[in-house]
Amino acid sequence: MTTLTDPPKESFRLSMLIYDTRYRSMTIQAVAMIGFMLAAAWLINNTIVNLNTLGKPIDFGFLSEPSSYDINQRLLDYNSRDTHLRASLLGLLNTLVVAVLGCITATILGVLIGVLRLSKNWLVSRIMTVYVEMFRNVPVLLWIVLAMAILIESLPAPRAFRGEDATASMSFFDTIAVTNRGVYVPEVLFSRSLGDVHFLGTSSFRFDVSLDLIAFLIVLGASIFAVRKVTARAARIQEETGERPKTLWLNIGIIVVPTAILFAALGFHLGYPELKGFNFSGGTHLRNSLIALWLALSLYTAAFIAEIVRGGILAISKGQTEAAGALGLRPGKIMRLVILPQALRVIIPPLISNYLNLTKNSSLAIAVGYMDITGTLGGITMNQTGRELECVLMLMACYLIISLSISSVMNWYNNRVKLVER
Amino acid sequence: MKKTVIFGALTVAGLAAGAAAAGTLDDVKARGKLNCGVTTGLVGFAAPDANGNWDGFDVGVCRAVAAAVLGDPTAVEFVPTTGKTRFTALASGEIDMLARNTTWTFSRDVDLKFEFVGVNYYDGQGFMVPAELGVSSAKELDGATVCIQTGTTTELNLADFFRANNISYEPVPIETNAEAQQQYLAGACDVYTTDASGLAATRATFENPSAHVLLPEIISKEPLGPLVRHGDNNWGDVVRWTLNALISAEELGVTSANIGEMASGTNNPEINRLLGTEGTLGEMLGLSADWAKNAIMAGGNYGELFEKNIGENTPIGLARGLNAQWTDGGLIYSPPFR
Repeated sequence: MTTLTDPPKESFRLSMLIYDTRYRSMTIQAVAMIGFMLAAAWLINNTIVNLNTLGKPIDFGFLSEPSSYDINQRLLDYNSRDTHLRASLLGLLNTLVVAVLGCITATILGVLIGVLRLSKNWLVSRIMTVYVEMFRNVPVLLWIVLAMAILIESLPAPRAFRGEDATASMSFFDTIAVTNRGVYVPEVLFSRSLGDVHFLGTSSFRFDVSLDLIAFLIVLGASIFAVRKVTARAARIQEETGERPKTLWLNIGIIVVPTAILFAALGFHLGYPELKGFNFSGGTHLRNSLIALWLALSLYTAAFIAEIVRGGILAISKGQTEAAGALGLRPGKIMRLVILPQALRVIIPPLISNYLNLTKNSSLAIAVGYMDITGTLGGITMNQTGRELECVLMLMACYLIISLSISSVMNWYNNRVKLVER
Repeated sequence: MKKTVIFGALTVAGLAAGAAAAGTLDDVKARGKLNCGVTTGLVGFAAPDANGNWDGFDVGVCRAVAAAVLGDPTAVEFVPTTGKTRFTALASGEIDMLARNTTWTFSRDVDLKFEFVGVNYYDGQGFMVPAELGVSSAKELDGATVCIQTGTTTELNLADFFRANNISYEPVPIETNAEAQQQYLAGACDVYTTDASGLAATRATFENPSAHVLLPEIISKEPLGPLVRHGDNNWGDVVRWTLNALISAEELGVTSANIGEMASGTNNPEINRLLGTEGTLGEMLGLSADWAKNAIMAGGNYGELFEKNIGENTPIGLARGLNAQWTDGGLIYSPPFR
């Protein structure tokens, strides 16, 4: 027989918050939290009070005023009568352009150099070591400035292309002009263009979408869909008969022919750069500020990525290589099919932080006069309006959003490639 | 008990900090050094010489203020600022005054909360192009690539000028004068635009100055002058009247050569008031009686500063023009010392 006795009823005393280990950690956390919030509140309050005393209360009204300055690299239409907000948006797009270009180039270069650094060829691996050590041990700002100085000083000015005794000439059958103001490449033009669709009227966020581009994407998408069908059919036939029908030429045709027909229908032609007045006109102008920044950021970050790739490859046990070799795979295939897919799991997480670094380093753009968001919102707008706090806060928010977006995309990719564990 | 002492000390320290922040003049005196914002280097206006000593027209104003306040023209800490960093440096208190060919505009005076104490150079925005381009007017610059210092009024004037004349251009934003010079000389831009005085100063440093021409158009009014933070009127007065003392000295014929003689007393009461042998002007400003004498002795009067640094006998070779005394048909004019 058991008897139930009521457990002694514990009365809660205040002193238990400190002396009872069950509550102590909560007490400490609560106190720390309150302290932190008080400190934050004091800082914010102090800022607001002081700004008010100075007669500059926080106010974002300046964003809707005309910016009055021009931006050279414009991805959307813009003139000096547009608002500061639109100038910031253009800066943001310029930041994204150099970040995306930089990340792609840095990854390709980094993987290549990381693999080559492990090469058994003494000379190749040493050259790659020198590359890595040289680039990652010198501040990126110096590389950016150096790249710009080389572009400006070593390439011919547009006026060298002029006249009878021109000292410079265009490359690639007179289609590309390499000058110290940038590189002019041919642009794609359509004589029977479908035109643009205009979105968001006259607001600061207005943008145009080219119907030609949409048509191209639809056709390309349909082609890729068809290619997948053909490949699936080939696989099915292989399953049934053991013989795989040749699909290469068929697939190339499916991709190329509809696009070619579309381009012909739209009146596709190239617009070549041509020296007119002070500068080349026509074609697409890749400014030397963009090229210098892109080049320096990619080369610098590639050195770090190379080390990450090398570390990732070394993390895969040698037995894998030997096993693959025993199965008769050649070294190139071993790397591509066996080692790299496994190494990716080690490589991706540190790769994310290098992408973030590259994006943040792009804020050094002002050193070469590239109008990124630090140059527009954090530079001219801040300077002309005197709204330092507002501009810096917005700038921080922009970089935070870009960085968080990059890491969430990369984390999603990481989750896809990582080892499935049970 | 102990806690009370600590809190008491904190309160006192807080109050003291608050009081110290209120008076720039007292800050400068306590520090024994004037923090003066200048350009990162524009020969004639502010640039370090071979020995690292800052020299130039704007530097002269800094030195005069230091001499007036501290009695020592060398007690200046020169803080190089770019077009972009200058206002933040001044607003944050990193520098006590800014003497960096800065244009007096409405929004800088009113919205950015600064106080322009006067004008030490009446300027306007001009264009410089290589002579070989054969350009004779700024209106022929359609499609040109233009180097501009970012964060300046010239950037805004440029946009307005090209817009008003319905011609296009490609802006190349540059941080400092030195970078602009590099890009311009390499031909990465066709045109360099900034204040005409700055163009003349920059051209003077070129290997072959005659290969570059200044276009006749002056597209803006650029009254350049020293400025201080808004709200500290006492300090503003000190800088304003130091500048006026330099200007009055030239008008009254007081130079660094004859000031010793004049300081012992003259027949002209205004000179006596200026140099402190009569009246209490120095005391009213919170300075010593010989403040203006020290300021003038630092580098000479306005005219001497001009001739020595940017005048016609220097490589920069600027004529007085608008910057002559009002008695000679210019705009330089000081209110009376009375």
